Amino acid sequence: MPTYFEKKQLVTPGELLAEGEYLPGSNTYTENSKIYASRIGLADCDNKRVNVVALRAFYFPKVGDMVIGTVLETGFSGWTVDIKSPYTALLRASDVLSRPFKPQNDELSQVLSGGDLIVAKIASYDRSHDPQLTVGEPGLGKITRGQIIKVTPSKIPRVIGRQGSMISMIKKETGCQIILGLNGVILVTGKTPADEDLAMAAIQKIENESHTSGLTDRITQFLKEEKQKIGGKQE
Amino acid sequence: MNKKPEKLINKKGLRLDGRKPDELRPVKIEVGVLANADGSAYIEHGKNKILAAAFGPKEMHPKHLSLPDRMVLRCRYHMAPFSVGERKSPAPSRREIELSKVIRECLEPSVFVEYYPRTGVDVFIEVLQADGGTRCASITAASLALADAGIPMRDLVVACAAGKIDDTVVLDLFDTEDKVGCADVPVAFMPNLNAVTLLQMDGILTPEEFAKAVNMAIDGCRKIYDLQKEALKTKYMLIGQEEEVEE
Amino acid sequence: MSSLVTRVRLQQIEKLIEKAKRLDGRGLNDYREIKLEQGLIEKAEGSARILLGKTEVLVGVKVETGTPFSDTPNDGVMTVNAELVPLASPTFEPGPPDENSIELARIVDRGIRESKAIDTKKLCIEPGKKVFVVFVDVYVLNHDGNLIDASALAAVAALINTKMPNYEVKDGEVIIKQGYTPLPMKSHPITVTLGKINNKLLVDPWLEEEQVMDARLTMAFNEEGNICATQKGGAGSFTQQQISEGMKLAQEKAAELRKKMDW
Repeated sequence: MPTYFEKKQLVTPGELLAEGEYLPGSNTYTENSKIYASRIGLADCDNKRVNVVALRAFYFPKVGDMVIGTVLETGFSGWTVDIKSPYTALLRASDVLSRPFKPQNDELSQVLSGGDLIVAKIASYDRSHDPQLTVGEPGLGKITRGQIIKVTPSKIPRVIGRQGSMISMIKKETGCQIILGLNGVILVTGKTPADEDLAMAAIQKIENESHTSGLTDRITQFLKEEKQKIGGKQE
Repeated sequence: MNKKPEKLINKKGLRLDGRKPDELRPVKIEVGVLANADGSAYIEHGKNKILAAAFGPKEMHPKHLSLPDRMVLRCRYHMAPFSVGERKSPAPSRREIELSKVIRECLEPSVFVEYYPRTGVDVFIEVLQADGGTRCASITAASLALADAGIPMRDLVVACAAGKIDDTVVLDLFDTEDKVGCADVPVAFMPNLNAVTLLQMDGILTPEEFAKAVNMAIDGCRKIYDLQKEALKTKYMLIGQEEEVEE
Repeated sequence: MSSLVTRVRLQQIEKLIEKAKRLDGRGLNDYREIKLEQGLIEKAEGSARILLGKTEVLVGVKVETGTPFSDTPNDGVMTVNAELVPLASPTFEPGPPDENSIELARIVDRGIRESKAIDTKKLCIEPGKKVFVVFVDVYVLNHDGNLIDASALAAVAALINTKMPNYEVKDGEVIIKQGYTPLPMKSHPITVTLGKINNKLLVDPWLEEEQVMDARLTMAFNEEGNICATQKGGAGSFTQQQISEGMKLAQEKAAELRKKMDW
């Protein structure tokens, strides 16, 4: 039995995608052995598994994911962190200090406080508890420079591009360092704020046009044109 | 004070606004109209002008209102003081409180609440201008706001009313027909699952007329559902969308 | 918020429903025992107390004079209020009416109003100036399920029991005289509520069943068997098929109840 949609067709919640020998993939659900979409997105079939790449979704924590978050509050034994998901994440003091934490001696807000940006990994998460973060690995920790931009999490693969082609191109054209949080938060660190703005504009464009083709070429073109404009102003 | 019209359907079978008995008022929908909301939609159904917004899923405040195994849906239906002929006080009326409950119960079956324990999602509906059938138009917009917020759903919920004026069962009553007519039957429906999630009636109908009105309202729902899907897709499509997406 | 029913109990209820039986031995289409008492509150113009199984609702009717609404200058006024009194259930909190008591009051109101149960034209004292105002106050005393039907039946019974004071108008003043006349009524609506558990419809849900059921359907009928109010409630849904089935079942039960109440 064939599926009821064309490859990469835009589908809405409740649309019937397939029935029979297919398996439900991401953003779909089954009822009476029929598979329906549960979010708006592009439908596709991969080895009998029907998936919908959501065009609008929020980040749902998964153990092992690298995320970028904003510290919200200093608590008794750690910090609450906003990772742009329905759940606030927790970062324990003992994790950051890499030793048992003594409330009398350690002033937590000196280490991290509300407004700080961190790159962390989701250490644990289950249905009955908020996600716990860790910064105990190389490359994780407090961010001291750069700007962040938020995209829909499911578009991160688009920002990376085929075999990293898109992201490498942006890094090259803007000279920026780019860290991609799987929660859709992207950190851009450049030599000048203008470089950072350029990289962010490119990423925003990818978010808006993610479901079109020829995107890598168009972004490359966009960056070259914008750089010329900036170059022209500096003359 | 306007004088009550004597006949709601003329000899040619046309209603006061020129419609045939089974004709819908014009409907216009736009999705994603409020930048601060997680999801939003604006609907014009006849002279009704209604804005709906969804915020969430997010942790609930106060926390004790959250449930350990599912998401809590909260809904507020509210009419602006200038939305009706005689100014309405901004304080929530008993009708608005009942409608907030009934609309929440009609949207809930569509949302996968079990996916996000301990969270909540707030739906706010503001009726900017009212002309009969506001609860139905509100539901149509609110469901789109939830979908626009990226909340997984079983189906969109769409709503439409039917009723009886003079001696005829008609579709989609506007304000005068609702006030002067014999009955009003609002229905909310999930078309792909054949599920009625809201059903109310006031007035007097024989069981046969009631069944006819429910069927007529469901047909109206299906027509509006097509407009709902189109409005949702329009927001996410660029002009000249192509098929190939690089991975 | 509901007081938790244990999972084992819920499973018991569901298993029995599959066999068309219920925990208290009733069939799916059976009402619990109904006991009705009228006129027990002498200070009220009308009153009635109903026991539907263990659900207990007291309705008091007060009749006062007031001004009519501007768009119905020749009609008396009726208003329904419901109180989920805290002593009726561990889940009722003291405070202003919440959405449950407002919905309950409005459903009871709809059945009475749309069936034209009260002959409001006969409540007119001086057109445009003075009319009788009928206050129907629903007082839930014990919640054991199906507050809607219990409240609606008790409300109509209280109205049937209501007596209006005799009066005469002298020099624009309303003077109350000796004696009373019964409240003029044109109809006695009957309200039937069905619950849905695992796609089976059952009549008169009891408290624990209300916690398992995913939706309810309430319909009010007048003497001709015509429908004067409908309300679906609960976070579940009905198919079109279930709605027609439900309507037929509700109509049957309304006729049965009408006979039992002798209305």
